[in-house]
Amino acid sequence: MNTTALTELLFKMADDQLILGHRNSEWTGFGPLLEEDIAFSSMAQDKVGHSQALYELLHTLGQPSPDEVAFMRPAGQFHNCILVELPNGEYDFSLVRHFLYDTAELIRFELLRKSSFEPLAQLAHKIHGELRYHTLHANTWIKQLGTATEESISRLQHSLAFALPYALGIFERSPWEKELAADGIFEGEDVLQERWRTKVEEVISQTDLTLPAWNTITPVLGGRHGKHSEHLTPLLDEMGEVFRIDPTASW
Amino acid sequence: MKPTPVTSRDVYTWLEAVKDPEIPVLSLVDLGVITDVVVENTTVDIEMTPTFVGCPALDIMKLEITETLLQHGMTEVRIVVNFRDPWSSDKISEKGRRALKEFGLAPPPAGKVIADLDVLEHVSCPRCEGTNTTLKNVFGPTLCRSIHYCFDCQESFEQFKPL
Repeated sequence: MNTTALTELLFKMADDQLILGHRNSEWTGFGPLLEEDIAFSSMAQDKVGHSQALYELLHTLGQPSPDEVAFMRPAGQFHNCILVELPNGEYDFSLVRHFLYDTAELIRFELLRKSSFEPLAQLAHKIHGELRYHTLHANTWIKQLGTATEESISRLQHSLAFALPYALGIFERSPWEKELAADGIFEGEDVLQERWRTKVEEVISQTDLTLPAWNTITPVLGGRHGKHSEHLTPLLDEMGEVFRIDPTASW
Repeated sequence: MKPTPVTSRDVYTWLEAVKDPEIPVLSLVDLGVITDVVVENTTVDIEMTPTFVGCPALDIMKLEITETLLQHGMTEVRIVVNFRDPWSSDKISEKGRRALKEFGLAPPPAGKVIADLDVLEHVSCPRCEGTNTTLKNVFGPTLCRSIHYCFDCQESFEQFKPL
């Protein structure tokens, strides 16, 4: 098994979960209604938990401990897509990002249930079950607000146009696509993207929202290779602030 | 007379006393998170799996398992957390399901279920057992609970989520 390829795959997945988990947690106390406050806070807890489990897998492959990789790396060593590091903005953007990202994640973990790397296949089976609640939440609100008022529809439409180029950055190819597929670890970003498009189209078609033609969207890439927006470093500074006061402290 | 050796069955019985810190009427055994127990003399190896991957109660559970077994004379307790035999809501025992209901939490629907709205929309109310209910939020006060409302009781209630 190609450990370098596997490590790269696990890092980008874990970093996505950690960074979006942190962004979701920023809704705690600020949700537009109590239920949504609870929903984003719960998804934050799930996602940070998923990142920890993935960092644990990386630890078994020789990487430093989960706390160390989560809190001590500079932005240039993070492999999350740029979509997840963008500030929460208004609720409409957070909701659209949640929908686009979690639709992809659900399919990614569905594919990984068949991974030849058994510990990942086991974890994927588990995480997949939990993510169904995240997509259920996203789809419910996209359908509801995507057919509600002129304002809700135009806000979602505007956020969709803004988020889609970043969403395509989720599927930025790894240098190891061939190796991952050949070893049966993961079918690859192209397979994932194709299935994601179908699912996104299916949900959006049940609303008054419209999708542009896919080939007219220019993907925003770079995140998978450590090239991030100006928003990641401030997020990491805040997230690791307490840990870095005393990295050896026992909690 | 030589003392009878401790068996895994003894350990399971002792662990009945360790409750889920978030649902204090439900033991870890009835919750279904203990997936294997191996005893050798006074050393116990336990394999467990969390209900939800991000469950924050896991560390407390491990601590309480260890303390309980040490109190019963075990000298070493080793706990491994993994996903070999992943938790699903079907792992909750019949006794556990009754305890949940008495606690006021609707037990998850039994059998393999798919988490779509249909399953969650008309959950049976733990008070009146009626299904004139609606789903308010798939997320609740803990990761494993959803929030519902019963039109007959005119009260909200929580359900242990199917997974």
